[in-house]
Amino acid sequence: MIKSQCLDIKSLEERAMVIRRHVVRMLAKAGSGHPGSSLSTVDLLVALFYNKLRHNPQQPAWPDRDRFVLSKGHACPALYAVLAENGYFGVDKLDTLRQFGSILQGHPSMKITPGIEISGGSLGQGLSVGLGIALAGKLDKKDYRTYVMLGDGELAEGQVWEAAMAASHYKADNLCAIIDQNGLQIDGFIHEIMSSYPIPDKWRGFGWHVIEIDGHNYKAILSAYDEAEKIKGKPTVIVAKTIKGKGVSFMENQVDWHGKSPSKEEAERALAELK
Amino acid sequence: MTEMIATRQAYGDALVELGEKNKDIVVLDADLSKSTTTAKFGKKFPERFFNMGVAEANMMNTAAGLATCGKIAFVSSFSIFATGRAWEQIRNTICYSGLNVKIVATHSGVSVGPDGASHQCIEDISLMKTIPTMTVVEPCDAVETRKSILAAVAHKGPIYIRLGRAAVPVITKKEDPFSIGKASALRNGKDVAIVACGALVANALTAADMLSKEGIEATVVNMHTIKPIDREILVKVAKQVNAVVTAEQHVLDGGLGSAVATVLSGNYPVPVEMIGIDNRFGQSGEPDLLFKEYHLLPEDIVLAAKRAVGRKKK
Repeated sequence: MIKSQCLDIKSLEERAMVIRRHVVRMLAKAGSGHPGSSLSTVDLLVALFYNKLRHNPQQPAWPDRDRFVLSKGHACPALYAVLAENGYFGVDKLDTLRQFGSILQGHPSMKITPGIEISGGSLGQGLSVGLGIALAGKLDKKDYRTYVMLGDGELAEGQVWEAAMAASHYKADNLCAIIDQNGLQIDGFIHEIMSSYPIPDKWRGFGWHVIEIDGHNYKAILSAYDEAEKIKGKPTVIVAKTIKGKGVSFMENQVDWHGKSPSKEEAERALAELK
Repeated sequence: MTEMIATRQAYGDALVELGEKNKDIVVLDADLSKSTTTAKFGKKFPERFFNMGVAEANMMNTAAGLATCGKIAFVSSFSIFATGRAWEQIRNTICYSGLNVKIVATHSGVSVGPDGASHQCIEDISLMKTIPTMTVVEPCDAVETRKSILAAVAHKGPIYIRLGRAAVPVITKKEDPFSIGKASALRNGKDVAIVACGALVANALTAADMLSKEGIEATVVNMHTIKPIDREILVKVAKQVNAVVTAEQHVLDGGLGSAVATVLSGNYPVPVEMIGIDNRFGQSGEPDLLFKEYHLLPEDIVLAAKRAVGRKKK
């Protein structure tokens, strides 16, 4: 069995800085993509991939691996950077994001990118996929766990709640949803465009165990992942409050940085902050 | 008297048969398992049967997740909900990922009857065949349904199988060969070819008998696989008879007829007349009356055959 590395918090924070620097450079090079939504997910991803997941980058299809599904597929630059730093493919590949012939498509493609569990990018679909993986695990009596990351804007998709109902009905306690609650969607603030609040009450109503955390606090993130694993008989959702564009002052909490890549000059300013 | 069996009944029986042999087979339904007949599998193998409630989008992607773990996931509902409600899940998650999900939908066509237009799916062939990499099959009877379900298991990747609610005559035999993408001629004639799928194959055979009495000899092709369509047989029969009629229980836009016309126009252009539903919704009524109203009867095929023959180059 392959275990996670279990780094201390300082090391995790250092990894996160490396990932954020990759994200900024990748998007500047690509000339398009989603910096705000990628940067808000970084700490949740780093904690998961370095300290929690049982996975084997040399054997991405290892049948007993824990699974991670990125339902908010537009945040894939962060996931690609984490996968590359974990050894799923060369870090040099990150420079090819969104280019013709690249293994790193604008939204995740499982057929060409090692470590991607499902092709996606169309919002609302990942939790259902995660449920299918979780049901297969129960059927096969395997103890792997399945994690699905969703955005808070994504919660407006009705299919999320179909999946929430079904996961609870099937007592999928091997399934853990992570909500990257950065408070923003493409057209503006969640509360202005389509409020998904109060998020925790909705999930409780659907029969889920709910953990609310600061999505940039490693101690809180790690303890939430541990708690989720211990909850039996129902699925767990971690509602993680995050900051869109986290780490780059001029991107933080700015609607405009949802889907706009930084210019060369902006990327340099961002990288100067990410040290 | 020809035996009458609904294709959906053969589906449930085939699932039970396969479920015994192959432990990787799982079945999902959206609260229609008695109608789609997947309940037969659910009764026999409850641990491998997932009733997902009235939530088709979630069902499709749950099947996708199961398929990523090596399961062969059969997903069933009425065709309008499976292919219409959940089209984008099929496109973006199942087909784009190349997953081993078998979508077997029942209640296709106006032969659904009294439930009316909302439940009579006449667009599903078009909806499914337009997705890159998708395979689309519509068996003509219960015997061929069993074979198509077996073939779906052997087939790697996504497939759509179109079944009906109403009983249809059994016109093929157990020993007849079946493989996806390989059509067969059920009878041969020199004057015109009728290319049909599903319930219209039986009507095409009746039409051929009627035409024969008037001195017109028709070839009848059972085109059970609409995608990938059997180009070879189409070009071969077109060269032999120089006039083609297509027949399907589906809108004319994007169905079997347009697939046949695409092949023939690019390879061997001959007059093509199409039997199908022309830009209308269905309505309540018994199947036989609806077939008359929407011009799907053998008599309609006979008229189309005569038109096609009349258009041949002298």
